[in-house]
Amino acid sequence: MKRNIISVNALKKDFHVGEVTVHALRSVDLNISEGEFVAIMGASGSGKSTMLNILGCLDKPTEGTYLLDDVDINSLNKNELARLRNLKLGFVFQSYNLLPRTSALENVELPLFYNNSVKPRERRERATSALEAVGLADRMHHMPNQLSGGQQQRVAIARSLVNDPVVILADEATGNLDTRTTYEIMALFQELNEKGKTIVFVTHEPEIAGFTSRNVHFRDGNILKQEIITNRGSAKEMLMAMPVEIEN
Amino acid sequence: MNITNLSKIALNALLRNKFRAFLTMLGIIIGVASVIAMLAIGEGSKKSIQDQISSMGSNLVLIMPENQSSGGVQQGNSSSKALDMKDVKAIAQNSPSIVYVSPEVRGSGQVIANGNNWPTTFYGADVNYLDIKKVEIKSGRMFTEQEVLSAAKVCLIGQTVAENLFGTNIDPVGQTIRFKNIPVKVIGLLVEKGENTFGMDQDDLMIAPYTTVQKRILAITHVQGIVCSAISEEATAQAVTEITSAMRQSHKITDGEEDDFQIRTQAELVSTFSSISNILTTLLGAIAAISLLVGGIGIMNIMYVSVTERTREIGLRMSIGGRGLDILMQFLIESTFLSVIGGIIGILVGITASAVIGNITRWPIAVMPIAVVMSFLVCTIIGIFFGWYPARKAASLNPIDALRFE
Repeated sequence: MKRNIISVNALKKDFHVGEVTVHALRSVDLNISEGEFVAIMGASGSGKSTMLNILGCLDKPTEGTYLLDDVDINSLNKNELARLRNLKLGFVFQSYNLLPRTSALENVELPLFYNNSVKPRERRERATSALEAVGLADRMHHMPNQLSGGQQQRVAIARSLVNDPVVILADEATGNLDTRTTYEIMALFQELNEKGKTIVFVTHEPEIAGFTSRNVHFRDGNILKQEIITNRGSAKEMLMAMPVEIEN
Repeated sequence: MNITNLSKIALNALLRNKFRAFLTMLGIIIGVASVIAMLAIGEGSKKSIQDQISSMGSNLVLIMPENQSSGGVQQGNSSSKALDMKDVKAIAQNSPSIVYVSPEVRGSGQVIANGNNWPTTFYGADVNYLDIKKVEIKSGRMFTEQEVLSAAKVCLIGQTVAENLFGTNIDPVGQTIRFKNIPVKVIGLLVEKGENTFGMDQDDLMIAPYTTVQKRILAITHVQGIVCSAISEEATAQAVTEITSAMRQSHKITDGEEDDFQIRTQAELVSTFSSISNILTTLLGAIAAISLLVGGIGIMNIMYVSVTERTREIGLRMSIGGRGLDILMQFLIESTFLSVIGGIIGILVGITASAVIGNITRWPIAVMPIAVVMSFLVCTIIGIFFGWYPARKAASLNPIDALRFE
């Protein structure tokens, strides 16, 4: 049995909108162990985004416990949560969220700026190797507007990797990409997962979820069902199977 | 998060928007530069006025008769006969704080020479008059005691008179000119002094022995004024006291009676004009301070817009581990950078502008170190103060909302 990276128990989250209380999460139990590639699925309003925010330590649960890498989130204050995000989490967003007019390398370096123990030289080295890991060694000094959507998302993935986090949280990371680039990105995620990275991937596309190892379906603030994907698709193979486009 | 990293982040953020950063700084630059330049101009004009007043004479003390009324009609003080040579001697004997004392009699009218004529003022004085008035001789000589005693028909003329009678660059020494039909020989030409603070031409005059003017031209025995020179600026007040008592004694004024003369000193003039120009300096400084304030509001405006515009960036920074304090510091450092660099450029521009204005106006422009220090401090404080509010707003953002912000 592998170690649990994420351990969520009887998690509740309420939002108060005026006089109305919205139960975004009613009672959620979820364990994710090291090396898993989990897809969190559900329609909008199902609670999956709230779940991701809590998993990402951006929000605290109303009730219940959440242990991230054996650390109890409830016991931490805002600054300690920020430090935890910096050291243990990597985020990949749908809209990349790269700093404009800032080179790929500097974008990837960014999380390390918030970590005092990393010296400038090490910062550069780690950012360089993270960019190499996502196949952008030759685009390091390009600005975001000089990169394609897929390349920008690769930069964002490199940024999430640079801290060597215990888990990468991806929020609709392929939502803005065309099919081909989606496969490319998913192939990259699968590659990272094979190297041992734990990944939590929020999506509403069943096809994307098919590339992961476990699907968790949310509905109305509860986990509707979980399924282990046995015949996991390979994004790389899908990519190979696609008709070759003539690039100009 | 250490300050080096934060500074780097802040600097990078500013460099991403160079033009905007420059425009923001421009407000501070203009503010600081105008404070420095305005105060330098104010100070320069003050110095210029002081210089000009001191060029009127050395530690001058003027004694004039008090206005008199005859039969209810106020007479101008020049028509008063209250002062005469007895007073001059009394002052010379009883006032140790005085170096020079000279009577002054004045007349005005046309001078004629060389087929030209010119209206001017004729001064009658003693031999030390030029030392009191700080006037020098360009060519020729001053009249002698002997010439004073004999009421000799000699005079010295100013540059304006010389030019109008004889033309430029001609030495008038040795020529004879006529004033009220009296032929007077020119024995000296005075060095040009130019206009004084009040726009009066200080070269439009003739100086002759007071005896000559009294006897031959005006036919009077009194003098219209007495001019003295105190031994130093500090001794002026002492001199006034001494002169007052000497004059009261000479005029036999008993205790309780009012003086029939008045005393004016150069120090009084200086302080009057200094206070005027202090008001001017304050006014200019206040206007400049407002522009500095506007510059500060410019920083606030840009920082505020920048917080809104960069909401997602802030959200991202928070999600990758930036604490509220880090975000706050980043924005504060950005605004501090803007105001400090703007302040430094402003100081340079201000000093340059002061020098240029000084060159144009020929004023002794004085950049006040206090103005430089104050405006720099104020602009830094304004920058930090106005950066604080937007920075706090940025720091208090909820990362989830910030990330979703469109």
